[in-house]
Amino acid sequence: MKRICLFVASFTVGAGFANEDPASEAFFESRIRPVLVKHCYECHSVEAGKSKGGLRLDTRQSTRTGGDTGAAVIPNDAEDSLLLSAIQHVDPDLEMPPKEPKLADEVIHDFTRWIEAGAFDPREANPATNGESLSSRLDHWSYQPLTRPNVPASTSDWPETSVDQFISSRLKNHGLKPSGDAEERTFIRRLYFDLIGLPPSVEQAESFTFDQLEKTVDDLLASEGFGVRWGRHWLDVVRFGESNGREANIVYPHAWRYRDYVINAVNADVPFDRFLVEQIAGDLLPYEKEEERARLLIATGFLAIGAKGLNNQDKHQFAADLVDEQLDAFGRAFLASSLACARCHDHKADPVSMEDYYSLIGIFRSTKAYYGTWIDSENNNGGELIKLPDLPGQLTPGKSIPKKKVEEMKAQLAELNELERKGKEKAAQMMESGKSSEMSQKAKRENFNEALREALRIYWTRGGLTGKLEAVDDDGNPIPLCMGAKERDEMVNSPVYYRGDLKNPGDEVTRGVPGLFGMDPVPPANENSSGRLELALWVTDSDNPLTARVMANRIWSHLFGTGLVRTTDNFGLTGEEPSHPELLDYLAAQFQEKGWSVKQLIKEIVMSRAYRQSSAYREEAFLKDPDNRLIWRVNKRRLDAEVIRDAMLSVSGEIDLSPRPGSLAADVKSHSVSIIGFDKSVPTDLDGSTYRSVYLPVFRENLPDVLNLFDFAEPSLVVGSRDETNVPLQALYLMNSEFVTKRSKAFADRLIEETFERKDRIRLAFQICFNRDPCKKEVRMVEEYFSDSSGADESTITARFCQALLSSAEFRIAD
Amino acid sequence: MNPSLFPRRDFLQSSTLGLGWLAFSAMANGPSRAVASGRHFPARAKRVIFLSMKGGPSHVDLLDYKPDLIKANGKSAEKFGGAALVGPVHPFSQRGKSGLWMSDLMPHLAKHADDLCIINSMHTDVPNHSPAFVQMHTGSFQFVRPSLGAWTVYGLGTENENLPGFVTLNPPADNGGARNYGSAFLPSITQGTRVGGSQLPALYAAFLKKEQTPGPPMKNISNPSMTKAEQRRQLDLIQGLNREMLRKHKVQPQIEGMIESFELAFRMQSEVPDTLDISKEPESTRKLYGIGEGKDAFARQCLLARRMAEAGVRFIEISSPMGWDHHSLIKEGLSKNCGETDRPIAALLTDLKLRGMLDDTLVVWAGEFGRTPYMQGINGRDHNHKGFSLWMAGGGVKGGMNYGATDEIGYKAVENPMHIHDWHDTMLHLLGINHKQLKYNYGGRDFRLTETSGEVAREILA
Repeated sequence: MKRICLFVASFTVGAGFANEDPASEAFFESRIRPVLVKHCYECHSVEAGKSKGGLRLDTRQSTRTGGDTGAAVIPNDAEDSLLLSAIQHVDPDLEMPPKEPKLADEVIHDFTRWIEAGAFDPREANPATNGESLSSRLDHWSYQPLTRPNVPASTSDWPETSVDQFISSRLKNHGLKPSGDAEERTFIRRLYFDLIGLPPSVEQAESFTFDQLEKTVDDLLASEGFGVRWGRHWLDVVRFGESNGREANIVYPHAWRYRDYVINAVNADVPFDRFLVEQIAGDLLPYEKEEERARLLIATGFLAIGAKGLNNQDKHQFAADLVDEQLDAFGRAFLASSLACARCHDHKADPVSMEDYYSLIGIFRSTKAYYGTWIDSENNNGGELIKLPDLPGQLTPGKSIPKKKVEEMKAQLAELNELERKGKEKAAQMMESGKSSEMSQKAKRENFNEALREALRIYWTRGGLTGKLEAVDDDGNPIPLCMGAKERDEMVNSPVYYRGDLKNPGDEVTRGVPGLFGMDPVPPANENSSGRLELALWVTDSDNPLTARVMANRIWSHLFGTGLVRTTDNFGLTGEEPSHPELLDYLAAQFQEKGWSVKQLIKEIVMSRAYRQSSAYREEAFLKDPDNRLIWRVNKRRLDAEVIRDAMLSVSGEIDLSPRPGSLAADVKSHSVSIIGFDKSVPTDLDGSTYRSVYLPVFRENLPDVLNLFDFAEPSLVVGSRDETNVPLQALYLMNSEFVTKRSKAFADRLIEETFERKDRIRLAFQICFNRDPCKKEVRMVEEYFSDSSGADESTITARFCQALLSSAEFRIAD
Repeated sequence: MNPSLFPRRDFLQSSTLGLGWLAFSAMANGPSRAVASGRHFPARAKRVIFLSMKGGPSHVDLLDYKPDLIKANGKSAEKFGGAALVGPVHPFSQRGKSGLWMSDLMPHLAKHADDLCIINSMHTDVPNHSPAFVQMHTGSFQFVRPSLGAWTVYGLGTENENLPGFVTLNPPADNGGARNYGSAFLPSITQGTRVGGSQLPALYAAFLKKEQTPGPPMKNISNPSMTKAEQRRQLDLIQGLNREMLRKHKVQPQIEGMIESFELAFRMQSEVPDTLDISKEPESTRKLYGIGEGKDAFARQCLLARRMAEAGVRFIEISSPMGWDHHSLIKEGLSKNCGETDRPIAALLTDLKLRGMLDDTLVVWAGEFGRTPYMQGINGRDHNHKGFSLWMAGGGVKGGMNYGATDEIGYKAVENPMHIHDWHDTMLHLLGINHKQLKYNYGGRDFRLTETSGEVAREILA
């Protein structure tokens, strides 16, 4: 109302004097706003994407609220209005505008009068941020310190563990009851799929009772299969891929070492905080043995394996995009935060400013990524690799080159270098002679084109030679290499780039961890350090409100099919709130207290009755809570692509549980993913092995069929929860693919070998596939199928029957 | 909650053959039932081809002609914190008998001006790609909801029981991924079938003397080791087992979906290879679309869209292979994008018309939002969700018209504002569906594509 009154008042004064009334709109528009726009908006407005010191001066509300040091304008109180003291240069530490002469005395006088007269300001809040300051967003639930909530008291005899008490208490509040325990055979399948990604054998399922739950859980957690299953979950999150993706898609032949590092670390239950530190800054950690050094270098592969636009002609842009991708993956994977959204403007939802972004970017710019790939016609941004220490028994799957050939290549390289030197001389001469007019324009142009062609030929040929020579020793034997990251020789700070534009740099921001999410900033240890180790320690600090919550939620999500926070990769203001906030905090706190042990946390959850519930439909509960947010049952889930494939190999008896040495990506001859299809030695479905699916090649944009069809995590993105689709292309794969046909045949051979009678084969097949006997009706259906197919021989028809079982809904649903 | 208030029973008893929903029963009973059971009033459009332009194409440079913005070119606008207003980066001309203003960047599409209904007053809720893209496809950016294509198939079934009712070609993996063609709580057979994979780069194709993938790959479409009858017997066994499981588990849409997708997959085998084989098209048609000339990935998609429409796919979505998110160098960016998409899109309209299919095919061109009238970055424009444009053609919309308007500089929709919900309703109406009656009871509550809001823009109905 005040504003309207003032507005009316300004009219009553009369047009001629309106500009002189410091409480009028005209005064604001002619004397105040232009000054703000001209001198302040550059650093304090949404349009500029900046709010230095947390201050924005582009709306009334933000001007009044002020920034980190207090209110900029207090109506009727010029003396305490920081804006005024800043432009008056009262305090030498707060002189505005910076690096500009002090504003004219008349202007300062205008501002004084304006504030004294009530600081009339018609500027409404900008809808993009509703005028709130970044710091006000810190009230968001996920930025609050982790609490250790009291476990609710039991009110029934259902709860067995603390987890159950949290679940039971919320169910009770909503008038719901938990579901009873699942059958033991059903449960053991669920547990096997969840923990190791394989079905239990007939014997394992038959002998299981709930009395042996703890021992079974311990055994599964201790088996190699655990790392395969849970390592793959982590690989989803860190966007693991074995090629760079994008337009020029070049193979990463050494990425598999990082994959193996993850699997081994998960199996060894490396404390999760240590696990993160290794991936961010393994190269900076102390080590005693060379084996440990190698492991730590490989861990930093996290920073190198992302998708990259290698054919970018602008090297600066490429470098900026590379560090942006690193920061983006870092933020989403470890903190479920979209930090990289603050590249072009302050974050539109979360408390992250552009300064925060560029201060983090300084850390990554002071870090060198070793991603390999060499320069050729597609790749303009070749990278190096890290040479690993030589270790006994180390696998180096690269191609060896005959010694003679190595020498030839070296000679060729020297020759190219010489040619280039000459070419440069010649070019200089041409420049010189070009100035004279003796040569025709056409001849000059031809000369120029010729020189350019030659230069490109040298550039591209040399790229391949250098790349191949880098991978072998003088005798042509492959040497151990990995992708990863190390400190650069020279440390840099990044300027803020307005709107993310490299041609528009602003002030430099000191690199280091900014004060994010209510925590204190952490500068690099010294001027020669990037600040990466400090960043790693900040992420894993027990005061960081996000890290433990985010991981506890990821673990829950893998076991229940949905997170307590459903947006597993977004804990920011646009994400969802937890369904059970106390339970989430309880789990996160437990996680930290028990030494960040992933296995311990998983054990705690799978030992609960909540996890043991039946998945059966209950109408009264369904009507109240159809999404099962309160966890009144366990969700039925379609198995992941890898589990479907591994289960087929498992029942057919063909599975090779040993780790595949290296990767198809290390074996293929071609440098580019696009032409792998023409290599006759590579199967068209990019599969053709019997190793576990985690070892299938993960070429971006060109995945093996089974992964592509059954909703594998998009390898260029951080994926905490996969899609679950159900489309006919999946059915076509099950009905017609070579892979499924072969498994069916092998499964049939196994049945025929193990039993004599058809009747027994049918029963055994059901036990192997579903860990249960067929019911009478099913036996009849199958027997009819056999008798209707009397023309075909027994082994063919058994294989078709097996394929039917592998294609059935039950085979790919965890109950 | 009293269950009898809600029609739960149908859902609970939905089993493989006694289906509690419109579309599948229609499919099971053949195409004629589909029309009879699904429509609430006569339909003008039988199918939709959705040309999805990811990134936010600039309406002020392409479809929303603003003389005042041209006049204000270069002026700093206080409303936008002093940012400079920028007129269209390429000239506009009036096209067709109707004199529609269109950018000169789209000379081929301009020939169809009299078929286009340009909606200039679009607006959506958020200016960020991912939520806006998902809202464009599902109506909601907060909740997981069925996509427009899924609703369409749910309502109308398919015209060809041998093909999926909803196909999406090369959809982006980001911006919500599968949510944009997902079925959420609708029966999963309504979900979009994603077709497509990476194409061979032109450089290699030339070098190896191979054709860039003639169409999206469709592997596993036949089984050489079994006759059709043998495979049918095997499928009957699979389905028998599945039905047995469904019987034990009662409500289990997942299993129902698996049963249905197997049936469809079996039938697809007879028809899909032909539908996807664009090498069967005469040279003149391939030429019309620009196939075989330069970057033709999008041209191939357009031709495939027509083939699928012809074959009876109800909802076809194709995706621009390049993004429209021009934060910088918008002039160059638009030239490139229009250069690669203008001719194939125009060819699609021409081709549909030649076959007499444009009348009952609704072709829609849309991105998740538009761009600001003021400059951002180096000669770019920022996201603008308050006002943007899209066009529709055929399928019962009036041609040669503009509907609604933004303010004088193209910033905000002011005349006949059309929210995403209004737009969805209008499309459903064209398909003969009353958006208020197209609902699905999930967990005791009726859900609609457009929730409680949304109005049909009757002025654009032909």
